Amino acid sequence: MDLLKLGALELGQKIKDKEISVHDATSAMLDKIQADGDIYNAYISVFKDEALKSADEIQAKIDSGELTSPLAGVPMAIKDNICTKDMLTTCGSKMLYNFKPPYNAGVVEKLNKAGAVILGKLNMDEFAMGSTSETSYYGVTKNPWNTNHVPGGSSGGAAVAVAANEAYYTLGSDTGGSIRQPCSYCGVTGMKPTYGSVSRYGLVAYASSLDQIGPVGNSAKDIAAVLDIITGKDKRDSTSVECDCGNALASLTGDIQGLRIGIPTDYFGSGLDNEVKEKVMAAAKTFESLGAVIEEFPMPIVEYCVPAYYIIACAEAGSNLSRYDGIKYGYRAENYDDLYDLYLKSRSEGFGMEVKRRIMLGNFVLSSGYYDAYYTKALRVKALIKKAFDDAFQKYDVILGPVAPTTAPRIGESLCEPLKMYLSDIYTVSVNLAGLPGLTAPCGFDSNNMPIGFQLIGKPFGENTLLNAAHAYQLSTDFHTKKPEGGKNA
Amino acid sequence: MNYEMVIGLEVHVELSTKSKIFCSCTTEFGGDPNTHCCPVCTGLPGVLPVLNEKVVEYAIRAGIATNCEITKYNKFDRKNYFYPDLPKAYQISQLYLPICQNGHVDIETSKGTKSIGIHEIHMEEDAGKLIHDPWDDCTLADYNRCGVPLLEIVSEPDFRSAEEVTAYLQKLKSTFEYLDISDCKMQEGSMRADINLSVRPVGSDTFGTRTEMKNMNSFKAIARAIEGEFNRQVEVIESGKKVIQETRRWDDNKERSYAMRSKENAHDYRYFPEPDLPPVEISDEWIERVRSEQPEMALEKQKRYQEEFGLPEYDARMITGEKAMADFFEEATKLTNKPKEVSNWIMGDIFRMLKELSIETSHMKLSPDNLAKLIMMIDKGTINRNTAKKVLSAVFDDNADCEQYVKDNGLQMVNDTAAVEEVIKKVLENNPQSVSDYKGGKQKAFGFIVGQCMKELKGKANPAVVNELLKKALS
Repeated sequence: MDLLKLGALELGQKIKDKEISVHDATSAMLDKIQADGDIYNAYISVFKDEALKSADEIQAKIDSGELTSPLAGVPMAIKDNICTKDMLTTCGSKMLYNFKPPYNAGVVEKLNKAGAVILGKLNMDEFAMGSTSETSYYGVTKNPWNTNHVPGGSSGGAAVAVAANEAYYTLGSDTGGSIRQPCSYCGVTGMKPTYGSVSRYGLVAYASSLDQIGPVGNSAKDIAAVLDIITGKDKRDSTSVECDCGNALASLTGDIQGLRIGIPTDYFGSGLDNEVKEKVMAAAKTFESLGAVIEEFPMPIVEYCVPAYYIIACAEAGSNLSRYDGIKYGYRAENYDDLYDLYLKSRSEGFGMEVKRRIMLGNFVLSSGYYDAYYTKALRVKALIKKAFDDAFQKYDVILGPVAPTTAPRIGESLCEPLKMYLSDIYTVSVNLAGLPGLTAPCGFDSNNMPIGFQLIGKPFGENTLLNAAHAYQLSTDFHTKKPEGGKNA
Repeated sequence: MNYEMVIGLEVHVELSTKSKIFCSCTTEFGGDPNTHCCPVCTGLPGVLPVLNEKVVEYAIRAGIATNCEITKYNKFDRKNYFYPDLPKAYQISQLYLPICQNGHVDIETSKGTKSIGIHEIHMEEDAGKLIHDPWDDCTLADYNRCGVPLLEIVSEPDFRSAEEVTAYLQKLKSTFEYLDISDCKMQEGSMRADINLSVRPVGSDTFGTRTEMKNMNSFKAIARAIEGEFNRQVEVIESGKKVIQETRRWDDNKERSYAMRSKENAHDYRYFPEPDLPPVEISDEWIERVRSEQPEMALEKQKRYQEEFGLPEYDARMITGEKAMADFFEEATKLTNKPKEVSNWIMGDIFRMLKELSIETSHMKLSPDNLAKLIMMIDKGTINRNTAKKVLSAVFDDNADCEQYVKDNGLQMVNDTAAVEEVIKKVLENNPQSVSDYKGGKQKAFGFIVGQCMKELKGKANPAVVNELLKKALS
């Protein structure tokens, strides 16, 4: 039995059945991470000693019957913008190179309670800004299907760790596609839950009204189990809501007879790679063969999603990132003349190019005289997008479409053309603007053997419907079981 | 040319909620630096604000008391600027939908009653404090005050004199004290006022260019700053120059203001809706409940004192001017059941001593039960009024027990008739001339003899008793 190739739930069951110890599973993962070295660069920090120590503590609690979660003892990892108490949390930035939060994020508390073994913190685009995981101060993360390609972003590390068997499941964050797009590029399953269903307490903010933490795993079933752990109201996050959550895993039947699936034709227009289009349409056929009713419909608003998203996200980001001023924690320039110089140098030296670009964009759209032309208009577009989805969900249970226009680009291709990179977020950002749940699962490969994923979009708090559809798909297909051969490509 | 001043005020008041506006840290003043803080109020990455509902309730109270419309659908906005005392680099405030709008308060001035418009009242968080350390030439930050809830009360530009401004501030202070939502201590910074002032020729109906003045920490300093800025602007205009729109800092020691920053250098605060806080909806029921729970305010109390206790209007107004004094009055009245007596002591000796010693009423040590004891000693004839005045002035500083003081200093009146008769007998013997003058019809001589008796008794006798016994002895 290859320990590394088990799914998270499979491993959880074997731990429960005493076939495998938490210690052995943890060691196996730590050895794999070490053996891979910097081939993929999925991790920023690996907590080896802490993980082994907590493995033993968790084993004892499983043995005593105290821990009963189906994922108890399963080793996992967390994107480095989610706070872990007294453990480095860098957000992929030089600015927070030394930051150890004095608190755990809400989701980390929940994971600890469920008996998760935390292996370490995952690489990401700096402050979650980017679609390639190339903007991290801690180096580029690479796609395990071909290390000359990016893994997508910003939760690149979260997708790569699962794809490369360096964690059984991971947590990422998704502001405009940051979980779904890297999952699609790396051939794994991931979900951005409904805004408000998972606490943002302890998630270092990029764009507060859009950010949401979500799971990445090897199957819809695995991420359903993770979702059951992390959802729920947290009184420390006023935007989190009471929801009928926590029963995702139990609700999976694999039966999608009569499920109404809408396909927005505007998601399949020019700009979408033919191979991607083909595989997503093939997935639609599979859903149809499983009893779903497929129908195409227009959704022209999609064209305005990207500008509206970048205005709102950058406006919030500019404000959220102002606290990194070199005064209280994090990076401070060594030599400065006065207060203004301290701000200027610390922020100039501490932030990377993409973060600076978005801060400037955000401050520009909020400046006096421009606010109505940009920000107010973007909010109106946001409302129209929400309405377009509301209308669509009168007719459909879920919406099916691509995740990204292409498969993973080569490293270095995207950053020199930021506008093109922004436009590639076209199919994902609308879900964040509307606050909806979105799921990505693998549905094939292009001619270069790079993974392709589909995206399912659901009604608010319709996570279970999405997970069940993906589960049904995965029961009758095997794309989600494919793993890269590993190693560095020439 | 004659000029008039046009003033609008922005008043910041720290609310006396137990915990801060967005976290559970204490709002207590003082404390060692950075001990009243947590990750939320120091703006660490990833933490989120959670609104303290008490703040909303206090704001509604303030709005009702200042005749405002209460905004049903409230939002918070971010005001962005860099400063080391602001750890998030933005202040959570309200720009677009402030909680109270379109109110007014009535003030009493030497020219009569005037209504001052309240443009709005909004909720926001306070910033920390920076302390410059001259020894190390560095600046230290204390975040204890970060996140203490504030109300900002923005008036209409309705003031035309420093007197009106002072009356308005007194009225706000009194109102918020009665509402029990702030202690409004200017010295401690729990009440602060920014003054927007412009001048124009008398009779003009357009506004001149205004300046904003900050950094005044007493009513007197505010009055001086207004006079100073008015004169400065008139001089600028008279010399043919133009007033520049700018923020100025008042230096009360030098009695002049200094330019801080001009309009060109003014901050662009890049306000936008705070995404971490959902909108706050205020129901009619909530507003009605607060309204029904509003405490008795100064004017109501004043009228009640006039009707219930028969106090003169002036006295009732003076006593209700500050809640601390009204509370003192009511407590002492409850203990003695002598409202007029209590009122007389407050109007006379107590107000005089507060003024002489420059003590704020809220800092007065004298307790109502101690005054009550004093009054009851007079009532029982243990001491007379003159002695009581001396006792009050002796215990005013430290609130030493009146009864104990009288005992320790042997100030009890001599109520023993025999002892008084003894003294009378002695005085009559020593003053035969006065006795014969009195008997010859000179009333003045009687007064002299009484005086001699009181002197002999060291003032510790009841004058009525002395009079009566003396008349008996002389008849």
